[in-house]
Amino acid sequence: MGFSDSFRQNFIEDDRWKYLVNGLKTTLIITLFAVLLGMVLGFLVAIIRSTYLRTKKLLIPDLICRLYLTVIRGTPVVVQLLIIYFVIFGSVDVSKTFVAIIAFGINSGAYVAEIVRGGIMSIDVGQLEAGRSLGLNYRQTMMYIIMPQAIKNVLPALCNECIVLLKETSVAGYIAIEDLTRGGDIIRSITFAPFLPLLAVALIYLVVVILLTKLVGILERRLSANDRR
Amino acid sequence: MIDVKGLTKKFNRTVVLRNIDAHIEKGEKVVIIGPSGSGKSTFLRCLNLMERPTSGSIRFDGQEITGLREREIDPIRQRMGMVFQHFNLFPHLTIQRNITLAPVKLGLMTQEAADKKAKELLERVGLPDKAKAYPAQLSGGQKQRIAIARALAMNPEVMLFDEPTSALDPEMVGEVLSLMKQLADDGMTMVVVTHEMGFAKEVASRVLFMADGQILEENAPRQFFGNPKNPRLREFLSKVL
Ligand SMILES: Nc1ncnc2c1ncn2[C@@H]1O[C@H](COP(=O)(O)OP(=O)(O)O)[C@@H](O)[C@H]1O
Ligand SMILES: [Mg+2]
Repeated sequence: MGFSDSFRQNFIEDDRWKYLVNGLKTTLIITLFAVLLGMVLGFLVAIIRSTYLRTKKLLIPDLICRLYLTVIRGTPVVVQLLIIYFVIFGSVDVSKTFVAIIAFGINSGAYVAEIVRGGIMSIDVGQLEAGRSLGLNYRQTMMYIIMPQAIKNVLPALCNECIVLLKETSVAGYIAIEDLTRGGDIIRSITFAPFLPLLAVALIYLVVVILLTKLVGILERRLSANDRR
Repeated sequence: MIDVKGLTKKFNRTVVLRNIDAHIEKGEKVVIIGPSGSGKSTFLRCLNLMERPTSGSIRFDGQEITGLREREIDPIRQRMGMVFQHFNLFPHLTIQRNITLAPVKLGLMTQEAADKKAKELLERVGLPDKAKAYPAQLSGGQKQRIAIARALAMNPEVMLFDEPTSALDPEMVGEVLSLMKQLADDGMTMVVVTHEMGFAKEVASRVLFMADGQILEENAPRQFFGNPKNPRLREFLSKVL
């Protein structure tokens, strides 16, 4: 079978390309919302942890955060996904996409937390002291002085975490979600031709990742241009 | 204005301040000198509770402040300006925003009123054209003058200086000291930790010598430098003068 026949069979017949397009849509939706959840969780954990490290307050929340970080970073994301799907949501009827968003969001939050905590801790203590000496309280000092600087420092690393997460969602098929990877696999199982569908899947991931990487690059250049002012 | 009694500060086991008594009157300019590690910064930082005393009492305008909760300390700190060795300007904000941030966020002034105040302060510290600049664009001496302006924006009743010129290149020390002198002449109550003996002689109403977490001698500058009694102080002065 020539390339064009094979192409037609894998993508054109029965509108099989739709598996890829719909799969990509699902992948992007899961990634987007998991990133949002991960950011919220990550910032929360980072602020609790750095508050504990700097002021020795919030000991109990800090212990909980440390447990969360250890468990999430010490186990494979697929196992976390399966546990959340079969154990935690096992007897509840929720959409699989929702479960995936929760699982990948919780997973990503741990990595975001460590990135953001590093950003906060890299800000000189003198900044905190200057804010407090003016009479600003801890929350105001964090909000107006520490976090703006910390976020600027870690923005590129956070964007990279989004890219990593996009690729990690390719294991969503383990709970029978029809994401991009699974879409290609479905075509393969229909046509019994592994080469083209999987190549197409890889190319689509690659293009999306390259686009996102370009965006991060532009952002980084903008930020460092600001530094030279 | 500030009354310190039996102030002791320990970090874990190490005693850094030993049972210090001190009294600072309104309008006084108290200069603290002493060898490095003697507890000068810790003493200064206890005055605005950046460090919590282990024991002893500090009264500010008659109010006992050592037992206050965190939330109650913030209004006290608003009344005490602090200037740091390393300036600690906010690098992500313009000079104008550095100066106006605290009074505006604390609801003491509108942004408009604060901007006007910032303009006056920039005139006062001799940097009227720097409002839109960022800290990274300033020299060390200029940064410290802005840090002083930032503290003054809160209309503090007392200003605490922790070695304000120690991080500066020699040619920039003068501009900061002359601003501080100007502030002193305007009647500001000041507590200054410094190694600038010339400033102490000229500006201080009283000089304290600290060593090993204690105040070993205190006197008006003429007697302090002219006729030092404590042998540790004599030795110290012979090294620095
Ligand atoms: N946060 C801290 N934790 C532990 N030890 C400290 C801390 N701050 C200061 N010290 C110790 O207290 C002593 C006095 O320090 P400091 O007040 O900075 O002295 P000075 O300002 O006179 O040089 C030093 O021995 C220093 O190591
Ligand atoms: Mg010091």
